[in-house]
Amino acid sequence: MTPGTSSFADFLASQSPDLLPTRRAVPQGHAGDLAPHGTTIVAATFPGGVVMAGDRRATMGNIIAQRDIEKVFPADEYSCVGIAGTAGLAVELVRLFQTELEHYEKIEGMTLSMDGKANRLAGLIRANLAMAMQGLAIVPLFAGFDLAAGQGRIFSYDVTGGRYEETAFHSVGSGSLFARGALKKLYREDLSETDCVTALVQSLYDAADDDSATGGPDLTRRIFPVVQVVTAEGGRRVSDSDVAQVADAVIAGRMNRPDGPAAALT
Amino acid sequence: MPFYVSPEQLMKDRADFARKGIARGRSVVAVQYADGVLFASENPSQALHKVSEIYDRIAFAAVGRYNEFENLRIAGVRLADMRGYAYDRRDVTGRGLANAYAQTLGTIFSSGGEKPYEVEIFVAEIGDHAADDQIYRLTYQGQVTDEHQYAVMGGADEVVAAYLEEHYSDNSSLSDAVHVAVAALGKGAAENGTPAVDRVIPASDLEVAVLDRTRTQPRKFLRLGPARLERLLNDREPAPPAPPPATPSPSPAQEIDPADVPSEPDDTPPIAPHEGRP
Repeated sequence: MTPGTSSFADFLASQSPDLLPTRRAVPQGHAGDLAPHGTTIVAATFPGGVVMAGDRRATMGNIIAQRDIEKVFPADEYSCVGIAGTAGLAVELVRLFQTELEHYEKIEGMTLSMDGKANRLAGLIRANLAMAMQGLAIVPLFAGFDLAAGQGRIFSYDVTGGRYEETAFHSVGSGSLFARGALKKLYREDLSETDCVTALVQSLYDAADDDSATGGPDLTRRIFPVVQVVTAEGGRRVSDSDVAQVADAVIAGRMNRPDGPAAALT
Repeated sequence: MPFYVSPEQLMKDRADFARKGIARGRSVVAVQYADGVLFASENPSQALHKVSEIYDRIAFAAVGRYNEFENLRIAGVRLADMRGYAYDRRDVTGRGLANAYAQTLGTIFSSGGEKPYEVEIFVAEIGDHAADDQIYRLTYQGQVTDEHQYAVMGGADEVVAAYLEEHYSDNSSLSDAVHVAVAALGKGAAENGTPAVDRVIPASDLEVAVLDRTRTQPRKFLRLGPARLERLLNDREPAPPAPPPATPSPSPAQEIDPADVPSEPDDTPPIAPHEGRP
């Protein structure tokens, strides 16, 4: 009953801190092998918006912990967040972040700015530093449509809560090096929304090709990446059938050329 | 030496005090219609809301002192968000919220130290079908009642309720519901021999919001901005050229002049960002 903060995380910290995912005392030692890890997330902008995609695999050491995990979530109407790292903590952190944005919106009567949202996520990640040092790191990728700037924007983070704005495209997670290499050759600034989705699915294929922890398209079970598109009209998840269509086209191409489309030399 | 005041008298005085404060403000109506629940109130402010979103399917409306019901609203948002985060979004219910409000208001009313809150609240929740919709009314002393079809609180509630009783129909469309609710708000009371004068409240002075179960988003709350209201209400008859109606005394909620607040765009998400929009 006292006027207080508009931040849900701050409210939780004062009211019931044990609900915060990052406020847990973990005994000394490395805890990284205890829980499943999420792997590769990619995002790219196109004129009019931004697309984010994530593979569906969670691993625990050499074991595939889950084949159809979802690691890309809408954060609010105009943004989405993908997570790599300790899956349990990360999914909880995403729930906290979603509630945080909605809570602010309801209390203040307006949404946070795009930079405000990105900074807020940085704050939540920073609170997890102690656990990150024991192997329970969370590495999110945040993307959304900035209504003030009229364009899609991508932010990446490190475990200390460092926030970096990326231009054009970015990837995080174990297969991110291969995905980024693929996007370098595939990305163009004038991609349409559909082409942007295709480029991301291609890059995830390349990541799965070379990284054992990243799951490729699962043809027998029809499990395909989760793809979120955010434009001025808001965010939406691309339907499974549409992603399946893109994935099938990508795989058909790879039947002829397993390394994927060739970029021009000059 | 302190005077003896009987508990009956004490409670009656506190109730009278709260009732007077509430009666100063203008009315808020809640009307059930085919797709959910509609709230309407006369409120020239676009920033200080009487009707707001609490959670996915739950909304809040209040009359009385702004600072007091704003406190209650924020407490409700916190309670709902915390419960939804700790359990699941489906576990946040209007009934739970109404109970929490009832306890808070009841405690404040009967505790000797604090003055009672001069507020009255609606908590509404929509279900998957019209039959599952709920409207709870909470009074300053923490009483909860379950309302059906329509409900009115604040200022001239008898006149407004009388009009609604006559004109309300079940399963009406949004447009019909807005018309009935707004016409009811404009009803004037006959006072001291002067005949009742009905007003046509301009769309810009109305605050109208709905919980609409047909929205595809999980959050069903939607404000109807002035532009949309204008379209819905453009077939109203103009105000009769009668003598200017006696303006109701301003409620505490309207103390702040909201003239320079930008109007909200139409068909926006629950609370839409203003940036980048015309």
